[in-house]
Amino acid sequence: MSWDIVIGIETHVQLTTQTKIFSGASTAFGMPANENACLVSLAYPGTLPVLNKEAVKKAIKFGLAVNADIAEYSVFARKNYFYPDLPKGYQISQFELPVVNNGFLTIGDNKKIRILRAHLEEDAGKSVHGILNNQTGIDLNRAGTPLLEIVTEPDMSSAQEAIAYAKKLHNLVQWIGVCDGNMQEGSFRCDVNVSVKPSGSEKLGTRREIKNLNSFRNMEQAINYEVNWQIEQLEDGNEIIQSTVLFNPDTGETKAMRSKEEANDYRYFPDPDLLPLKINQEDIDDIKSSLGELPEASIKKLIEDFKLNNADASIITSNKQTYEFFQSLISEGLDPKITANWIVVNLFAKLNDNELSIEESPINKNQFVLLIRRIMDKTISNNAAKKIFDLLWEDSHADVDQSIEVLGLKQVSDSSTILPFVQEVIANNQAMVEQFKSGKDKAFNALVGQVMKLSKGKANPGQVSEILKDELNKA
Amino acid sequence: MKNLSLRELNLGLSNKKFSSEELTKFFLNEIKTSNPKINAFITVDEEKSLQQAKDADKRISQNDMNELTGIPIAQKDIFCAKGWKTTCASKMLDNFYAPYDSKVIELFNQHGAINLGKTNMDEFAMGSSNETSYYGEVRNPWNLDYVPGGSSGGSAAAVASGMAPAATATDTGGSIRQPASLCGLTGLKPTYGLVSRFGMIAFASSLDQAGPIAKSAEDCALMLKVMAAHDERDSTSIKHNVPDYLKNLDSPINGKTIGLPKEFFNDDLNQDIKVILEQVIDSYQKIGVNFKEISLPNSHLSIPVYYVIAPAEASSNLSRYDGVKFGYRAEEFKDLEEMYLKTREQGFGDEVKRRILVGTYVLSAGYYDAYYLKAQKIRRLIANDFKNAFNECDLILAPSCPSTAFKIGDKTEDPVAMYMQDMYTISTNLAGLPAISSPAGFLNKMPVGFQLIGNYFDEATILNFTHQYQQITDWHQKTPEADV
Repeated sequence: MSWDIVIGIETHVQLTTQTKIFSGASTAFGMPANENACLVSLAYPGTLPVLNKEAVKKAIKFGLAVNADIAEYSVFARKNYFYPDLPKGYQISQFELPVVNNGFLTIGDNKKIRILRAHLEEDAGKSVHGILNNQTGIDLNRAGTPLLEIVTEPDMSSAQEAIAYAKKLHNLVQWIGVCDGNMQEGSFRCDVNVSVKPSGSEKLGTRREIKNLNSFRNMEQAINYEVNWQIEQLEDGNEIIQSTVLFNPDTGETKAMRSKEEANDYRYFPDPDLLPLKINQEDIDDIKSSLGELPEASIKKLIEDFKLNNADASIITSNKQTYEFFQSLISEGLDPKITANWIVVNLFAKLNDNELSIEESPINKNQFVLLIRRIMDKTISNNAAKKIFDLLWEDSHADVDQSIEVLGLKQVSDSSTILPFVQEVIANNQAMVEQFKSGKDKAFNALVGQVMKLSKGKANPGQVSEILKDELNKA
Repeated sequence: MKNLSLRELNLGLSNKKFSSEELTKFFLNEIKTSNPKINAFITVDEEKSLQQAKDADKRISQNDMNELTGIPIAQKDIFCAKGWKTTCASKMLDNFYAPYDSKVIELFNQHGAINLGKTNMDEFAMGSSNETSYYGEVRNPWNLDYVPGGSSGGSAAAVASGMAPAATATDTGGSIRQPASLCGLTGLKPTYGLVSRFGMIAFASSLDQAGPIAKSAEDCALMLKVMAAHDERDSTSIKHNVPDYLKNLDSPINGKTIGLPKEFFNDDLNQDIKVILEQVIDSYQKIGVNFKEISLPNSHLSIPVYYVIAPAEASSNLSRYDGVKFGYRAEEFKDLEEMYLKTREQGFGDEVKRRILVGTYVLSAGYYDAYYLKAQKIRRLIANDFKNAFNECDLILAPSCPSTAFKIGDKTEDPVAMYMQDMYTISTNLAGLPAISSPAGFLNKMPVGFQLIGNYFDEATILNFTHQYQQITDWHQKTPEADV
């Protein structure tokens, strides 16, 4: 029997505001415990929430970026439950009327993943176990950090699609500057709802929600495990019980933590301490005008205007910094294809090997521009350029032109220098010349190789090909 | 000094008849004498009060003085005051010293008023008799066997007994007006949003509103002038130009119209109180005020609606008292859940628990629509009734309470009978309207009050009408000492 996989994702995105969503306390990460716990964060008697308008702006920005409706009127509600890291005994969230509705993202070959809603809410604090003899400590630094919870429809049908969506979302929220995207610090947290049903069946299966996924690799592993587990259960005649499961990265397994029957009744009701959130068209228009170019448009531009291929365009728009770097290079008059190739192949290889982001790259922009310019004006070959690039990586003060001189990498392009090499190779490799004449193209490349070798790699390969072709025709 | 109005105290201070220190000492001494039998104060801190008095005297000597500088004011123990124990009359907060000032306290401090002490109240402002306090019941200065009303019973009893010239209070369903009525005082609940709730410990956020309890409309006007201010730290605080409430007090009111809701003046109204209210109407007619019957058709739903909404909000507001961060924590427990259970079991009194249970119930899945949502809809209807009524009149006259003060212990076994105490006051909280209770006479030597309800932000008119009444009557000048 074959099965359909149905996946929906809820993502908690920490919004990059200076202060918390309902108080003036700092949102800085990594502070000593409770350093950012102001009286509001601590839920002291008499304290009241005051909405941070920046958080609202960022929510609107996100909504616009996913083609969603921005609600003119939305409501903050209280989600009531007891937990030590939830100081008020309720979380302020949006329930019936969220600020963002009905958006979508596209993945792969234009598959639409619908975004049902995105709502603003506050983060909880953290319990810290085992610091004092058998006692649990509470760190409320994170309590009140603004979150945008983004909920999709169950539109994904494989782990790959789920990862594609999550990565796209991850890129987008950083691109538009609403989230720093740091998964390890919990700035971007995905909960994945997975169910399976017999192929073609209309009726959705019972879902389980996987939590604790702090990397895309974990997410993929968890979904695959969960899907197989559910199929196995169903094929064995067992029923799936709706529940929340935790992914254990050590074992690669998912395990139920609580079932729906034990679920809390959160007793949602509108928070009487906060007025309904009213957003007017003017605010929306303001934010819209500051939104800038989105990744989709950037990819299109790269493919249509700069004639890049799809793969290179995707890589260059995989984050905003790379795209902006690329654009700044092009604005210097560099050839888009050569530049894209250099970023995608050489720069990214080095960055990945060293686990660096593009902002951390040791190569400075001006050197990079000059290097590519030297390829374009045929001063050096691509191979020679790689040597200079390695040098620049190690020594950010190295001078491109000087290094070309010192290393003797200057390419030879004038035919009077190349011609004798070509003639020498033809004379010494008659067998290969014969092979070429009998139609073996490979022989031609081998001859070019011989010329290059003879020129110690300095001859311009394009020049070499042309001259070689001419000479072979004469011979 | 005991029976002087705030204006007279202000004059005395500015004419150097007495210093703030002398004045404060006088009232601290009154507290020493009277509080043991009345129990109106939970916390008195002579040192702190006298230090403020000295600071005030300095201001006065430098002519840096306004209406309340140097005058001691009793503060309901619901307002956080920095460095003061702030209990909300609950065991849960018996060890809680507020690390910050509420907006109301901040404003009194800025004006140079003296915090005379923190007054007793029903626990978390839940009650109509001041019998639910962890610190024991407050006694009515007019008869010590009787309750002073609640929840601001301590504030009312402190002023009525002459321990304080005026006091702050809060009103969620009648907690200013009912004790003012039962203690022969003037108490004003302002429009929701006029006085900041920042630092005021929440009972039911959409209904809670702070206001004064004092000896006259004039004193209330002065107090409100200080208390009313926009505050960005309270999202429900409304930006509103605060008028000088004193300025309008003497405006003539002849030709104006007061509405009489037929739903309040029906057979359910205590006949003796009805007679007193008719005398009030008579007094107003003598100075040219017209009366007109109006209708508030949904007012009979006020109590049930209130006892859905208020407990719902309270059940959530009081979740923070869990023993984790501040306040009481049970001494022995084996795990987290037991810590929660024992802390809340031991830290809250019965009435608070009752309301948390009711509130939790009405918000529960499956009951929310039938109770909470329905109650909110009816709340809107009740507000609309008033809106329509104010098309026909300037103010509405109503009883303050269904009866005079009752004996301590009389209603403690019957919560519903207790809840009925607020039958005439609750609808204005639901609508968010301002209303005052003013003394209007006595029944069996216990005070009776009447209520004037105004349109949104029309406190000036309410105070004007009340002041005009108090110019032609002297009920507000009676004191337990002289008149019992």
